[in-house]
Amino acid sequence: MLPESNPVSLPTALATELPDSGMRRRWLILLAIVVLVAAGSAVYAVSAFQSARSSQEADSPVDTVAADALPAAPFVMFRNTAPGQGFGQAATVLLADPTGQRALSGHACDRVYAVVNRVSCLRTKNEIPINFEATVYNASLDTDESWALGGIPSRTRISADGSLLASTVFVSGHSYATAGFSTETIIRGRDGTDHGNLEEFALISGGGRIKATDRNIWGVTFVPGQPDAFYATASSQGNIWLVRGSLKDRTLTVTASGIECPSISPDGTRIAYKKSVTGTLAGHRNIAVLNIASGTETVLTEQRDIDDQLEWLDASTVVYGVPRDESGQDSDIWSLAIDPAAQPSLFIEHAWSPAVVRQ
Amino acid sequence: MYLSMSDRTGGQKDSQAEMPAAAATAFRLSPVIIWLGIVSMMTDISSESVAAILPLYVTGFLGLSTIAFGIIDGINQGASAIVRIAAGWVSDRTGQPKRVAVAGYGLSMVARVGFLFAGGFWAIAGIVTGDRIGKGIRTAPRDAMISEAAQPEHLARSFGVHRMLDSIGAATGPLLAFLVLVMIPNGFSTVFIVSLAFSVIGVAVLVLIVPGRRRGTVNPDAAARRPRFRWSQLRWATVKEQGLSRLLLTAGLLGLLTIGDGFIYLILHDRGSFAVQWFPLLYVGTNVVFLLFAIPIGKLADRWGRIPVFLAGHLALLACYVLAAMPFGGLGATLGCLLLLGIFYAATDGVLAAIVSRLTRAEHLATALGTAQTVVALSRMAAATGFGVLWFMLGPVTAMVCVAGLLAAALIVGAALLGGARRWTAAP
Repeated sequence: MLPESNPVSLPTALATELPDSGMRRRWLILLAIVVLVAAGSAVYAVSAFQSARSSQEADSPVDTVAADALPAAPFVMFRNTAPGQGFGQAATVLLADPTGQRALSGHACDRVYAVVNRVSCLRTKNEIPINFEATVYNASLDTDESWALGGIPSRTRISADGSLLASTVFVSGHSYATAGFSTETIIRGRDGTDHGNLEEFALISGGGRIKATDRNIWGVTFVPGQPDAFYATASSQGNIWLVRGSLKDRTLTVTASGIECPSISPDGTRIAYKKSVTGTLAGHRNIAVLNIASGTETVLTEQRDIDDQLEWLDASTVVYGVPRDESGQDSDIWSLAIDPAAQPSLFIEHAWSPAVVRQ
Repeated sequence: MYLSMSDRTGGQKDSQAEMPAAAATAFRLSPVIIWLGIVSMMTDISSESVAAILPLYVTGFLGLSTIAFGIIDGINQGASAIVRIAAGWVSDRTGQPKRVAVAGYGLSMVARVGFLFAGGFWAIAGIVTGDRIGKGIRTAPRDAMISEAAQPEHLARSFGVHRMLDSIGAATGPLLAFLVLVMIPNGFSTVFIVSLAFSVIGVAVLVLIVPGRRRGTVNPDAAARRPRFRWSQLRWATVKEQGLSRLLLTAGLLGLLTIGDGFIYLILHDRGSFAVQWFPLLYVGTNVVFLLFAIPIGKLADRWGRIPVFLAGHLALLACYVLAAMPFGGLGATLGCLLLLGIFYAATDGVLAAIVSRLTRAEHLATALGTAQTVVALSRMAAATGFGVLWFMLGPVTAMVCVAGLLAAALIVGAALLGGARRWTAAP
């Protein structure tokens, strides 16, 4: 690796000052270290490469079939995290049989969401440099449109009628010298309207504008039947707020505090969300449900730390992903009734990022 | 020879009059500088390869807690900046810059080991903190070692050699990490292992090959330097330190108007000058320009004077601001900015260290270098924060035009402030 590591041919210009024998010993030690760490990391890399290769080619532990269209019957779309073939692909199961055969879309997605005839897929592309992309697929799973994303995929949602698409990504400093992460949340219309970065919307609290520049917006949920309205999370100066957004007015209005990653129920009466135990951005997240009309909050029994945007299975049940093991690669989707006495139950194994399509 | 040149930093003409041979001294690069450059190159491959994939890794592990992680990392950077002064001071106090540098490089190496076992928010935050503190510790003593090993009349060129090797590492690291992930999807642990390997090699070269100051015979007069400085007239010393404080003031002032590559590229991107996925490669490109120009600009600084080159480097930055604010965008503007930024770094980074070295008495060298780095790092952090606010209030282009105007004014102030200092420091 280092041309200078050969002690015999050492150019005199590079020789340092110890007596020859001492210096020679040091060169030999250095040579040994270089050979050792180079060989060690090469062996590690080759074995990692081979195990990645064999894992990609292994049979999937779940029953799969290749799909060429979205199902006609109600279905659940999700990211298939079962190891082996089809890992990482957007997949569907029928809502009537969530543990049954899963249909693989052929498209790899880190985050996926679907409505009846439209799929939003955010993905990381391992190229030089690594880059990120959003793609919209139609009911035949063909690409409708595609655009580059400015950061690491985090959340995506489509409005029930398919007219609006929201995506949240993490934007980070790109070099060692720059610190900090921020979120970038964008809403796009199906007709090509770009509503832009929600950070540029006016953030309103108690009638006044919040002007702090460290704001982050993430986790959009579209209000059913109201094409202009959505909810999202806003954060600034350590606060976490639920905001109600208006696309027409380009405003985000703070409506509650401590509510993160909102998900509005199909009937529009409740919001399920993540609630930070500490009230800060770091810390354990529980699941809670807010009744919009009465303002009452119900914290559910789920004990594990939740980092997924909740999705409504029906008017009284939520589903969400939970990591399956320490690998960070595999996860399961669990369901939980919004009754404070209910216990979570396994809904779909080896899956993440659920979207429930009921109609 | 080293000693007399370094001690009596008379103006160019004076020194030529006193020592006619000085200006003609042939450049002979000390092996210490090459080895320190290789140490930095290995360490930069190690740190930049991890830095390139760390956001992906961190978000994969931490999900939305990543925002909180970003805030902690911001605090770390401030801490790392301040550690530099302390590390420089310890280095001067003990007379053992190598030991302090080994501690810094070693801490970052240990942090790399931590990545292999890390999980969870505080573990990752702790490891990244260790890495950044390590970087803070090593920089000042290392630059002091370069300064001591270099021929004073070729000081900026010597720093240029080191910065070139350093930038090779900074440009290689991200590409290496991307390559690993292309070959091995989710191969983060492989990136960490490869990064650790380079880090170990860097520390091994430093420990085994780079001589410590006491043993060093590279500069045979090193031991004689101290008494001689104490010997020097008090008035001389005061004047020199005055020069240093003026330099720090100027560097801080200019640093407050150095908003960072990120914002410049962001403005160009806002204009649609390049597609968002090319962001990481712009940093690689800037480092490539930096490494190409580090030595030639160092030579220029030794010949024309380091302070003029340091100030002219900021003219390149100013030109970059103007180019970014121009109504025409496109690939040309992007490449132009990339080129100007690389030149800016080549004309300021090593050159500033060379100027500081000439303005400081040897027993305070590492402290002064550390202080200068701290001033630059903190003022640039403040600049980034302040520009974020300006961007929000005025919009990107107006904010950029404002900063360009302020930078032009600051350059005039800096030239006036350093005009006096130049008399004592102009390079032979």
